[in-house]
Amino acid sequence: MTEVLTQPRPIRLKGRSFLALALTPELPFEDWLARLDDLAARSAGFFLRRPIVLDVGGLPIDRLQIRELVDQLGRRNVRIMGIEGAMPSLLGSDMPPAMSDGRPASDFEAPVAHEDDEAGTTEHVVPSDPQPAKATPSIVVTQPVRSGQSLFFPEGDVTIVGSVASGAEVVAGGSIHIYGTLRGRAMAGTTGNASARIFCRKLEAELIAIDGFYKTAEDMEPNLRGKAVQIWLEGDAIKAATLG
Amino acid sequence: MGKVVVVTSGKGGVGKTTSSAALGAALAQSGDKVVVVDFDVGLRNLDLVMGAERRVVYDLVNVIQGEAKLAQALIRDKRLETLYLLAASQTRDKDNLTPEGVEKVIAALKKTFDWVICDSPAGIERGATLAMRHADVAIVVTNPEVSSVRDSDRIIGLLDSKTLKAENGERMEKHLLLTRYDPARAERGDMLKVDDVLEILSIPLLGIIPESMDVLRASNVGSPVTLADGRSAPAVAYFNAARRLKGEDLPVTIPGEKRGFFGKIFGRKAA
Repeated sequence: MTEVLTQPRPIRLKGRSFLALALTPELPFEDWLARLDDLAARSAGFFLRRPIVLDVGGLPIDRLQIRELVDQLGRRNVRIMGIEGAMPSLLGSDMPPAMSDGRPASDFEAPVAHEDDEAGTTEHVVPSDPQPAKATPSIVVTQPVRSGQSLFFPEGDVTIVGSVASGAEVVAGGSIHIYGTLRGRAMAGTTGNASARIFCRKLEAELIAIDGFYKTAEDMEPNLRGKAVQIWLEGDAIKAATLG
Repeated sequence: MGKVVVVTSGKGGVGKTTSSAALGAALAQSGDKVVVVDFDVGLRNLDLVMGAERRVVYDLVNVIQGEAKLAQALIRDKRLETLYLLAASQTRDKDNLTPEGVEKVIAALKKTFDWVICDSPAGIERGATLAMRHADVAIVVTNPEVSSVRDSDRIIGLLDSKTLKAENGERMEKHLLLTRYDPARAERGDMLKVDDVLEILSIPLLGIIPESMDVLRASNVGSPVTLADGRSAPAVAYFNAARRLKGEDLPVTIPGEKRGFFGKIFGRKAA
């Protein structure tokens, strides 16, 4: 059979980070599993459909013990997406993949059962964090971004009061606002934010990108050159229009 | 305490050495004591442009390596007794310039001279970064064409990050010197306009030096243009740039630009 490739479109590979629950088992595992069962009994479905990473760092265990633990957890409907802190030799190909470089996030609070709780009402887990959602961070740069300089801000929006020179680049997790001429590269939404936009007072860019989709100067509509422009993503297509 | 000025550009052949010599001679003629230091170790030219090539005994590298005293290496100009040259070594390479050595030499020169003009080599490597490291003021030499402008932009970025002033959180004073400006080509649109260059680089303009055979002729006879023919157009432009460097508020005129009555009155203010 011959394979006909009508659309030679490349496969997009993108990095993305997710929040997972990290379980830290303790020795002996029998006791720890008993405590886990106790927790699960108090809040049925707590582990259901949650991505779980098993952190076995510092535990003196062998291959067989890890396999046994993963099996035990599987029987309790706890699905392990990866194992952190284990020697690669401990993990076979039929085991969840090794994970590393995990960054700590706020702790999950295990649900506490109330005495007067009726059975079946604990399924819904209320987020225990009462703080309001944090504002998206942003930075303001009041100097021109010079050729050879790279402004990297994956946390959020970047506002530049000045121009971005040819050979300079601005990389932002959120939107990019340039109150000046964009002559270099601007890459917005690099951490997977497809709703990020690029705004500039004068478009002379070498390259623009949103969420991994990019356009070089050659592909840009010539009638937008030198204009105040906003750029956004619609599906897989980069759209641009003049501003006011 | 003298002022340390670095004359830099990133790109080669735009007129750093010519400008260093011309500005040095212009400042010296105003009565200030000036030394021009060649940092282009291995490719020295300043001695030729200043007509001192037959009198170089010791150079910057000799002083840094302790093989000669600073006073032995300083060459006094034959025409101007307030103008001195510290030549670069032609036989050594740039690795002989050590940060500590350069620091010592600059500190010593600052004590005796009003102006220490460091003629930077092209590029962004060791020689160029060491030349700018101790500067108080930077003169960015740029030709009105895209590659020169982009390289200058890169150098301005380095001036704002890799110099002692920048590391101490201070602002480096930067000036743009637009050289080899050709009014005829500007008229035809073959060159970047002055306003475009200023908009891209966004640093104040120190002066515009017109493209002229006088500059080439002066270099060939080993004389800074401000010494060879003080009345020529490029010499006048360099003299004016030197006055602005000393803090005088002098409007910059674009060579060859036809301007109306109001234009003549108001001119162009140095930003």
